[in-house]
Amino acid sequence: MSTVDVNVNVHHLTRVEGHGNIVVDVQNGELKQCELQIVEAPRFFEAMLRGRPYYEASHITSRICGICATGHATASLRATENALGVEVSEQTELLRKLVFHGEIIDSHVLHVYMLVAPDFFGVGSVLPLASSHPDVVKRALRIKKLSGDLCAMISGRHTHPIAMTVGGFTHLPTIKEMLAVRERLVAAREDMDETISLLATLPWPEFERETEYVSLQKDEEYAFIDGRIATTDGFAYELPDYRNVTNEYLVPHSTAKHTKHNRDSYMVGALARFNNNYDQLHPRAKAAAEELGMKPVVTNSFLNSGAQAVEMVHCVEDSIRIIDELVDRGIEEEPPYEFQGKGGEGVGSCDVPRGILFHNYVIDDDGVIQGANCIIPTGQNYGNIEADMRALVPQILDRPQEEITHMMEMLVRAYDPCISCSTHFLNVEFV
Amino acid sequence: MAENGRPKVAFFDFACCEGCQLTVVDSLQTHLELVEAVEIVQFREAMTEKGEDYQIAFIEGSCTREQDEARLREIREQADIVVALGACAHIAGVNAIKNVQPSLQDVREYVYGDKWEQYDSYAARPISAVIEVDAVIPGCPIDRFEFLDVVKKLLLGKKPSVPDYPVCVECKLKENVCILETGGTCLGPITRAGCDAIYPTYGVGCLGCRGLISNPNENAMMDVLEEAGLTVEQLMSKMTMFNAYEPAHIGEAVASPAEE
Repeated sequence: MSTVDVNVNVHHLTRVEGHGNIVVDVQNGELKQCELQIVEAPRFFEAMLRGRPYYEASHITSRICGICATGHATASLRATENALGVEVSEQTELLRKLVFHGEIIDSHVLHVYMLVAPDFFGVGSVLPLASSHPDVVKRALRIKKLSGDLCAMISGRHTHPIAMTVGGFTHLPTIKEMLAVRERLVAAREDMDETISLLATLPWPEFERETEYVSLQKDEEYAFIDGRIATTDGFAYELPDYRNVTNEYLVPHSTAKHTKHNRDSYMVGALARFNNNYDQLHPRAKAAAEELGMKPVVTNSFLNSGAQAVEMVHCVEDSIRIIDELVDRGIEEEPPYEFQGKGGEGVGSCDVPRGILFHNYVIDDDGVIQGANCIIPTGQNYGNIEADMRALVPQILDRPQEEITHMMEMLVRAYDPCISCSTHFLNVEFV
Repeated sequence: MAENGRPKVAFFDFACCEGCQLTVVDSLQTHLELVEAVEIVQFREAMTEKGEDYQIAFIEGSCTREQDEARLREIREQADIVVALGACAHIAGVNAIKNVQPSLQDVREYVYGDKWEQYDSYAARPISAVIEVDAVIPGCPIDRFEFLDVVKKLLLGKKPSVPDYPVCVECKLKENVCILETGGTCLGPITRAGCDAIYPTYGVGCLGCRGLISNPNENAMMDVLEEAGLTVEQLMSKMTMFNAYEPAHIGEAVASPAEE
C-alpha cells in the first residue's frame, strides 16, 4: 500500500476562459477527491431570452462567449430558422461556413499558441516568448489576424458578429475583399506547415484513456454546422433528439451541469470531430495528422491540441475552396427575411471550436421567445475531464507534487475549457 | 510604478464573456510593443503568474454576487487607477436583462430548477455601483483602438475621456444610409459614439452597447421607433438589451420577498 499524500489545490486555473479550480486529494496513496470545480458566476442567458423578439436571440447569445461568439450566433440562428421554418440560400450557407472556419482558426490558434504552448516552453504565458521566440509569437499573431480579418470581412468583426441575421446576412463581402483574403490564406499554408512542425517536436504527455467521442456528422463534408449527432460508440441521433445524448445532471461542486450518454462521460471538441470524421479532412490536414502521429481513434486527451492544429490546416484549405466557389457564383443581394406570423420549436446545432453546441428555442406566433435551452460543449466535457483526472493521478503519484499539479493543469487546459460559456446552462424543460 | 519605470497592470473579470480581454490580446497583432510599455502582472485568461502589486486595474464584467463585491474592493484598494473594460463593467450590459425579468427567483429557477438557491446571484450591476471607477472603455466588446488610446493616455498621465455625442455623428461621417430611413430600427440617436458606427455600417441598427449619451431624448427616440413599427414590447426589448440596468432594480431585487 502506497503511503503517498498528494494535495493539489489550484485556485483559479489560468490560461483558460473562465473561473475553475482543480482539487485533488490523495491520502495514503488512495484518491479521496478529484474535482474540477466550476466557480464562475452564473449569467442565466436562457431565462433572459424569454419574452424577447426572435431576432434578438443571436445578438444576445453571441455574448455568452467572446471566443466562440460566431458559433453561438450560428447555432442560435439555426434554432430560430428551424423554429420558424426559414430556408436559407446556398450563398448564405457558404458564407456561414466561411465565417465559421474563421472562428475555428481564430480559436484554435489562440489555444494552441497562447494557452497551451507556454507549458512546453516552461513559461507562464505567451508574453516572455515574444522576446525568446519572436518568430513563434509573430506567426501566431499573423494567423490570428488573418482569421479575425476573415470573420470581419463577412460579419463585421469576430467578437461579436454583426451582419449575421435570421435568413442570411445584412452585409455582404465583395469579390475583391474575398480575393485579398484568399491570397493571405494561400500564404498561410507556410505558417500551417510551421505550426505542425512545431507541434510534432513537443513532448506530449503519454496518457491513454478510451472514451466515447461525440460530434456532428454529415455525409458530404467534415461537419461544423448542421448534420446529425454521431458517437464513436456507434450511436446516431437527429438534432431534435439531442437530449438523448446530453442527459444533463447536476453536481454540487459546479455551477455548470455535467452530461453523460453511453458511458459515465463522453468527450466533445476537435479530437471528437477528428475521431468521428477523419475521412472527410482535406488531404493536407490528413498529412498534418500523419506528421503528428495521429490516426483515429486517438485516445490521448492531450492531443486535442494536435487535432486543433489539424483542423486549422483543414479550415485554411476549405476556406480557399469556399472563396473560389463564391467568386465563381458571384455575390448576390438577397431580400431580408420577413416574419410570417407563425412560431414553432427549433433546434440548432454547430460543432464550435470546443465541441458540439445546441440551442433550442420555442417561439410563439408573435415572434416572441417563450422558452430557450442551450447546451454548451465545455459542460459536456466536465465529466470526461474528471474521469481523465481520476485515471491520470494514480499513474503519476510518484512524481513531485508540483509536477502532478502542472500535469493536472495541462490536462484540463487540453480540453480548451470555456468556463464562462458553460455556467449559465442547465437542462430546461419546456412547459 | 515598477522599478523599470513601466506601470504594473492587472486584468480582472467578473460576470462576462471575456471578449473584451480577448480584444486586448488581439490588440497585440498590431501593437506588440504594448508588452514593453507596461508590465502585466496578472491576467488569468492569458498567464499563470499572479502578482497583487499593480497600479492600473482593468476590470471586465458585471458584479452579480455579494462575494464579487469584496474582491472589487480589494482591487480598488490596491490600484491607483481602475478602468471599467466594456459594457458589462460599464453599464451591466446584457447581464442586466435578468434585472427586468418578472422576478430574479424565477430567473434562477428557470436555469437551476429546485437547486436554484445553491447558485448565488443578485441583480447585475456595473462595477461603478460598488467601487469608484476612474475611466471607462465602453462597448460590447470594446474597440481595440479605443483601448490602445486609453492606455496611451494613462501612460502619459492624462485622463482618458469618451465621446459624449451620438453614434449618428460617426454614422454620417461614414456616409452610411440611415437605418431608420430604410425601415430598420436603430438606437444611434441616443447612444454614445466611439465605435465608428460599426453596427449601421454592417446593416444593423445600433443596439446601444456603449450606453446612452448624457442628454438623451429617450421619449423622441421611442416615438421614432414606434413609427418604425415596433410594438411596445419590442420597443422595451430594444431599449433594454444593453441598457436595462437602473439602480431602482437593485432596490427591488433586495426588497423582493421572493429573494429572502
